[in-house]
Amino acid sequence: MSWEWDVILEHYPRLLQGAWLTLELVLFSGFVGLMLAIPLALMRVSDRPWIQAIPFAYIFFFRGTPLLIQIFLIYYGASQFSIIKESALWPILREPYWCAIITFALHTAAYIAELLRGAIQSIPKGEIEAARALGMSYPLMLRRIILPRAFGIMMPSYGNEVILMLKGSALASTITLLDLTGMARTIIARTYTPLEIFLAAGVIYLIISALLILLFRILEKRFNRHQHWPNERPKDLDPQH
Amino acid sequence: MSFKKFISAATLIAATIVTPAIAGDKIRIATEGAYAPFNMINADGELAGFDVDIANALCEQMKADCKIVAQDWDGIIPGLKARKYDAIIASLSITPERSRVVAFTDHYYSNSLTFVSGKGSTFDPKALKGKVIGAQRATIAGQYLEDHLGDVATVKLYDTQDNAYLDLSSGRLDAILSDKLPAYDWLQSEEGQAFEFRGDKIDIDDKIAIAVRKQDKQLKQRINQALQAIIENGTYEKINAKYFPFSIY
Repeated sequence: MSWEWDVILEHYPRLLQGAWLTLELVLFSGFVGLMLAIPLALMRVSDRPWIQAIPFAYIFFFRGTPLLIQIFLIYYGASQFSIIKESALWPILREPYWCAIITFALHTAAYIAELLRGAIQSIPKGEIEAARALGMSYPLMLRRIILPRAFGIMMPSYGNEVILMLKGSALASTITLLDLTGMARTIIARTYTPLEIFLAAGVIYLIISALLILLFRILEKRFNRHQHWPNERPKDLDPQH
Repeated sequence: MSFKKFISAATLIAATIVTPAIAGDKIRIATEGAYAPFNMINADGELAGFDVDIANALCEQMKADCKIVAQDWDGIIPGLKARKYDAIIASLSITPERSRVVAFTDHYYSNSLTFVSGKGSTFDPKALKGKVIGAQRATIAGQYLEDHLGDVATVKLYDTQDNAYLDLSSGRLDAILSDKLPAYDWLQSEEGQAFEFRGDKIDIDDKIAIAVRKQDKQLKQRINQALQAIIENGTYEKINAKYFPFSIY
């Protein structure tokens, strides 16, 4: 067996092009998913059963079915109905790019909503009671206390979910998108060097993962900075000054 | 040893070496049985299709006693080398890689590429600028699109031919580029009713031939002669017409 390094070098620009699309898909759908997850999680922690039921059904569906099936249903499935093809949605749904963004966002929203629900429920009761005692209204409490605290609590597992989505985004290649995996497979179909090209693609995925892990470390520090202050010795508390 | 004796001994040895290749006029032929309409297993559980009809016609022409067996695609060339059968008639394209391992006869049909588009569409193979064209990834059609039309049109590659057909039906694609003969089969199906071939076929020099073992030169020659004969006497044309309304030679 011969190992061809020059195949990797020759196709590196195209792989990076694919990596850029992968990054775009993950970050864009991750942001939309997070925005969707907040109302879903808040509905999940409601006292009223009928409000809880809607996000429960949503989360049950999107967590219980494979991402591949979801992306096929939205890309190939929706296009089989003439109602959709004649509707105003078609210019968006005919594009594989938007189908991927929509599917990934809906999928990740279900997982983030569950993470966020757990985080909200694990905020110490005293903190919320203190906010109430100060006379905070619910929206203010949400903005100042509940969501910032919940984000801090869920940040490690949220980083995990983003990494999972990074790898899940490889499924975009099944709907003709040339993301990192799609680009790698297209190159391999031509060069017949699967080991070299998949290795190169794998290394790029690792680098993206490493960057995401780093980003979430920073975010975690920021959201949970109140827990770190004894070690960081803020200046105004330092007896030397 | 006198010269005369030497000659007769040589003939005898030659005869014993050559005869097994003809195998007492018993020829075993392998096909796949999973590539309609070329080779498939029909409702009665028997092998049928264009390849099988060609095999039978050749055997009749050679006056040989033939036995056609089904063999999985992956093992079809190893099985020939292992003498499980003497020839492969299974829509095998002539490729340089295969030619190193087996001997090919003259071709018995040709594959070409063609565009498929909706019956009402304005798609014209001569004006491809800005069009969206699909094909299956890792196929000759896919490579052809990338190499020749990648700069002009948008090329989309699919994991399976069926997915490309789905996107043609949904209107995401203006056309697909495909192997002509399997596409013809799809056009006959219910889903394919709204579509048709567009433009001339694109010749990609993909010739389909019969494979025999490299050392069986005599068998190869006999098959070539029989092939020539059935083409000349019209048998080939009759078989062709049974499956396709155009010549696939």
